[in-house]
Amino acid sequence: MPGDLAIVAQIAVKSSVAVLFAALGELVAEKSGVLNLGVEGMMLVGALAGFAVGAQTQDPVLAAGAGMAAGGAMAMIHAAFTVGLGADQVVSGLSLTILGAGLSGFLGRPLVNASGPVFETLALPGLKDLPFLGPALFSQNVLVYLAFLLTPLIWFALLRTRLGLMIRASGEDAISADASGVPVRAIRFGCTVFGGLLAGLGGSYLSLAYTPGWKEGMTAGQGWIAIAMVVFSTWNPLLALAGALMFGWLTALQFYFQATGSELIPPSVLRMLPYVLTIAVLVLANRTGMLKGRAKAPANLGLPFSREP
Amino acid sequence: MSLGSRGRTAFASGAVLSTSLALFFALAVGAIMFACLGADPLRAYAVMARGALCSGYALGELLVKAAPLILTGLAVALARTMLLWNIGCEGQFVMGATASAGFALYLAPDWPAAALLPATVLVGAAGGALWALIPAGLKNRFRVSEILSSLLLNYVAILYMEHLYYGPWRNPQGFGFPGTATLPQAAWLPTLPGSRAHLGLVLGLGLAAALFVALRRTRWGYEVRVMGLAPKAAAYAGMNLPRQTLTVMALSGALAGLAGMGEVCGVQHLLQDGLAQGYGYQGIIAAFLGRLNPLGVVLAALLLAAVMVGGQGLQVELGLPSSISVILTAALLFGFLAAEGLKGLGPALKTRAAQGGG
Repeated sequence: MPGDLAIVAQIAVKSSVAVLFAALGELVAEKSGVLNLGVEGMMLVGALAGFAVGAQTQDPVLAAGAGMAAGGAMAMIHAAFTVGLGADQVVSGLSLTILGAGLSGFLGRPLVNASGPVFETLALPGLKDLPFLGPALFSQNVLVYLAFLLTPLIWFALLRTRLGLMIRASGEDAISADASGVPVRAIRFGCTVFGGLLAGLGGSYLSLAYTPGWKEGMTAGQGWIAIAMVVFSTWNPLLALAGALMFGWLTALQFYFQATGSELIPPSVLRMLPYVLTIAVLVLANRTGMLKGRAKAPANLGLPFSREP
Repeated sequence: MSLGSRGRTAFASGAVLSTSLALFFALAVGAIMFACLGADPLRAYAVMARGALCSGYALGELLVKAAPLILTGLAVALARTMLLWNIGCEGQFVMGATASAGFALYLAPDWPAAALLPATVLVGAAGGALWALIPAGLKNRFRVSEILSSLLLNYVAILYMEHLYYGPWRNPQGFGFPGTATLPQAAWLPTLPGSRAHLGLVLGLGLAAALFVALRRTRWGYEVRVMGLAPKAAAYAGMNLPRQTLTVMALSGALAGLAGMGEVCGVQHLLQDGLAQGYGYQGIIAAFLGRLNPLGVVLAALLLAAVMVGGQGLQVELGLPSSISVILTAALLFGFLAAEGLKGLGPALKTRAAQGGG
């Protein structure tokens, strides 16, 4: 059934995008030394802000921009506390998730059954007719293309540019980086906010393209899965893409089994699979990491930086 | 001796300072929010205070909410004392509730109350403990961050519970509503006459006191604290870190499981939608506001419960959504962080963060 396979692949790509955006953002923040466990909260607020602005203006691009801005604003709270005050990154991130869940649930109540704009499919002429790849990769909406373009760009920026070097230096050895003139705090602040922008965009992808509309808690743990994918990726954006696609593929399988009425795997098990397999993927990542014996996490991840000893 | 008591006074005054700063911060955030919603902040706070404290019914509701918060707060605080992050209390709460309900409904429905109730309580604790052993084992064996694994397991636990009461455990006489049958009365926790406050509160208070003593006065507590303050020294002294990880996570999970048991045997009396309402996450806030001190956790849990019950008053009297209280509790935690940061007094927390990350 090659036709079925192409449809599953198309849904898999669609389903991976929110996790991909959020994971790329978190990856950059972590590279600079800031762990942000608030991804889930930032995505929720981004999803709500995007949808709310969309419902008002019917302009999806403006709406996605609003989602990004909201995610960025949330990240600024985390940056102010962890980079500014040197607060515990784990506690601050968790507070951000609790805050985001509460805030979006509270502000979103009147929007639960509203309708908003949707990012329509924009098939790329020529490419869309490729067998298999055409429907999977080139008959998607703009945000999907953006996510896939962003992945190599971030990879390039982190590994091949001066800014990327400064980001990595801040995350690996903040004190040496500071001594050689890298503005560590500014870099960390900026990277954290960048992470928030992408998490907000990932959230608004959900409410404007993937499952249009607003529902309380609609991210359903995708923010946490994104953080897990960053660990799985060993902080490599290209592998984060692979992780996100794997998540997308699992989600697509759920649709496929539902649509075909297959009882091969019970639906309740299918719904648990993404979370269980994400844990399995973490086990795998740590095992292979141990076998290869290479250091992966940025050495100063989670450590506050200040000049005073 | 003098050092010890000075340390204690410093701790106490530090706690008072950071808690009052946290309160001030949260009140300020709340005031801005009320103003944005077009309500007079002072009036809103007065309504909240009245709604939470000024009637027998309100105090009863406060205790109903405080019971699970004390237990999940203790769960997070105990794990954190040895640098473990148990973010999975929500899942352990659900598994405790599910285990209790399943036991009382299907395994031992005919037992006399004297046997059924204590057994159900223990089964609830066991359910939470077993669920918490998964992240502990994964951490020991594969070095998987317990933050992520315990958190992801929350979703699995909730889906599993839903599967049960939408499917095999659904009440055949329930007119199609999702939910199990009502638990046999012998498995219900006794309540304080005239209120819904149940035995779970006594359990929470007793366990807080027990934990306070155990952490300070027993060899086990000493090991847990040393592992939290200086893991390398602990390993050097021959302490078994992996084994203690299992023990502490199991105990932590048991506390969260008891919270779930209390909710199902003391309040709801069946498994249904709305059982998992975030007590596990609020426990994180209770643990930190209580500065990881078991007795502090009790006070913090009472404060959080007052905010929640007060929030319901807002809905009744001013027509403001009661979910505003969740935002206030998050603001409390941010306020605590700000206080820690501003005092520059957080070195202990800072070094802990170094080992807790990733």
